[in-house]
Amino acid sequence: MKKTFKVVAAFAAASMLLAGCASEPAAETPTFPEGSTMAALASKGEIVIGTKFDQPLFGLKGLSGDPEGFDVEIGKLIAKELGVTPKFVETVSANRETFIQQGNVDIVIATYTINDKRKEVIEFAGPYYMAGQSILALKDRTDLSTPESLVGQPVCSVTGSTPAAKLEEIGAEPVLFGTYTECLEPLRQGTVVAVSTDNVILAGFAAQYPEEFAVMGVPFTEEPYGIGLKKGDIEFRDWINDLLEKSYADGSYKAAWDATAGTVLPFVDGPTPNRY
Amino acid sequence: MTGDEMTLVLQTLLDGFLVTLSLLAISGLGAFILGTIIAILRISPVSTLRGFAAFYTEAIRNIPLTLVLFFCATLLPQLGVDFARTFGASTHYYILAAIGLSVYTSPFIAEAIRSGVNGVPFGQAEAARSIGLDFGQTLSLVIMPQAFRMTIPPLINVFIALTKNTSVAGGFAVIELFARGRDLVRDFGNYAIPMLLGVAICYLLVTIPLGYVSRVIERKVAVLR
Repeated sequence: MKKTFKVVAAFAAASMLLAGCASEPAAETPTFPEGSTMAALASKGEIVIGTKFDQPLFGLKGLSGDPEGFDVEIGKLIAKELGVTPKFVETVSANRETFIQQGNVDIVIATYTINDKRKEVIEFAGPYYMAGQSILALKDRTDLSTPESLVGQPVCSVTGSTPAAKLEEIGAEPVLFGTYTECLEPLRQGTVVAVSTDNVILAGFAAQYPEEFAVMGVPFTEEPYGIGLKKGDIEFRDWINDLLEKSYADGSYKAAWDATAGTVLPFVDGPTPNRY
Repeated sequence: MTGDEMTLVLQTLLDGFLVTLSLLAISGLGAFILGTIIAILRISPVSTLRGFAAFYTEAIRNIPLTLVLFFCATLLPQLGVDFARTFGASTHYYILAAIGLSVYTSPFIAEAIRSGVNGVPFGQAEAARSIGLDFGQTLSLVIMPQAFRMTIPPLINVFIALTKNTSVAGGFAVIELFARGRDLVRDFGNYAIPMLLGVAICYLLVTIPLGYVSRVIERKVAVLR
C-alpha cells in the first residue's frame, strides 16, 4: 500500500512538471491591458466576426464555405493582431445591432454604415471605407443616373436597410427583399427599374454580370463603413482605430483591398478613423 | 421618445397591419374556395378526381411556406406571370404572395372540411340517397350544412395559422406588418424589443378574437348535439 502510494505520488509530481512545460506561452503572444476585450479575446483564442455572406467583393461565401472579401480581410487583420483565429458568422442588414448587443458576435464588419441612431446602441470603430448610395440598372438605362429619375419608379433594396429608407425619402416605390441577390432577377425582368444600395455592393454585381447591369451616375449619399462593437467599449474601439491607422501606413490595408475589391474598384486612401 | 416619434411608430404599425389584414382576407378567401373544391373532389364518387385531390393535398401540405412563396415570387414571373405591367410592381408581388398563401393554406382547409364531413353520420348520406337526391344535392342540402358546424373550430385554427404565415410574405416584397417592424427596428434600434412587442400585439389583435369565436361556436355545437 505504502509502496503504491509512493509510485503514484512520484507519477503525479512528474506529470505536473511535464504539464508545466507544455503550457509555456508561445514566444510571440501579444500582451494586452488586463480586463480589456483584447485580453479576453486573446485568452479565448478566437474572435467571432459578423460579416455578410452574399456581398461580392466585401463578404461573399463561396462553395468552399469560408467568406471572402474586403470586410473579411479587415477582420483577418484584426484577428492576426490579437493573435487569435477569426470565426465568421453571417449577419444580415437587419440583425447587426441585435447580434452585437446580445454578444452573438464580438465585432461586425458587414458593409455597416455609421449613423447616429446606431451609435445610441453600439460603438463604431473606423470608418475604414467611404461608400455612397448609388443606382444599378440595365446597361441601356443610362437615364436612371440621379435620384430624381427614380421618383415614382419601383426600385429594389433590402428590408430594414438605410438605402431602403432613403428610397422612401426621395419618393421612389420601394420593392424590398431579404437580400440584395434576390433583387437581380426582378431587375432583369423589368419588374423593378433599378437596384439601389451602396456603390461597392452594386459594383460587385456589375462585375459579376457585366453584359447585363451597370452602375449609373455618381453616389448621392455618403456611407462611412465602420466596425460595430459593444456599446461603451471605448478601449477596444481605440485599439481597432490604432490598428486601422497602422494598416494604412504599413500597406496591409492596400494589400487587403487589392486582393479583394481592388480587382474591380480603384484604390482610395483609407479615411481617418473618427474618435468621437 | 417624443410624441411625434410615437405617432410615426403607430402610423408605421398601422400601415403594415392594414396590409396584413387585407392579405389575410384575400388569401383566406382564396384558400377557402380552393380548399372546399379540393375537399369535394376528395369525397366525390369519381376515383380520378379523388386521386388528384389526394395528390394535391399531400404535395402542397409537405412543402414549406417559404419555398411556396419563393416559387411564386421568383419563378412564376420567369414563367411569364406578370401583373406589374397593369398594376405596378408592389401590387404584382402582393398578388403573387396572395396566390402563394392561398395555395399553401388550401390543403389544410380541405382536410379540416373533410374531417367535418366524416363526422356526419353515414346514415345521413344513405337516407339522402334513398329519397333520390344526387351527389350534388346530398352535399349541399344534407351533408355540408351539418359538416360546417363541426369544421368551424379546425377552420379557425387554420386561419390563425394563416394570419401568422402572412409575415413570411414580408421577405418577398410585400411591405406588411413584419417588414414594417424591421423598419422600426432600424429607425429605433435603441427600442428594438418594444418595437417587436408592438408587432406581436398587432398579430394578437387578430388571433385572439378568432380564438374567442372558435370557442363560442364550439359551445353552440355542443348544445346542438
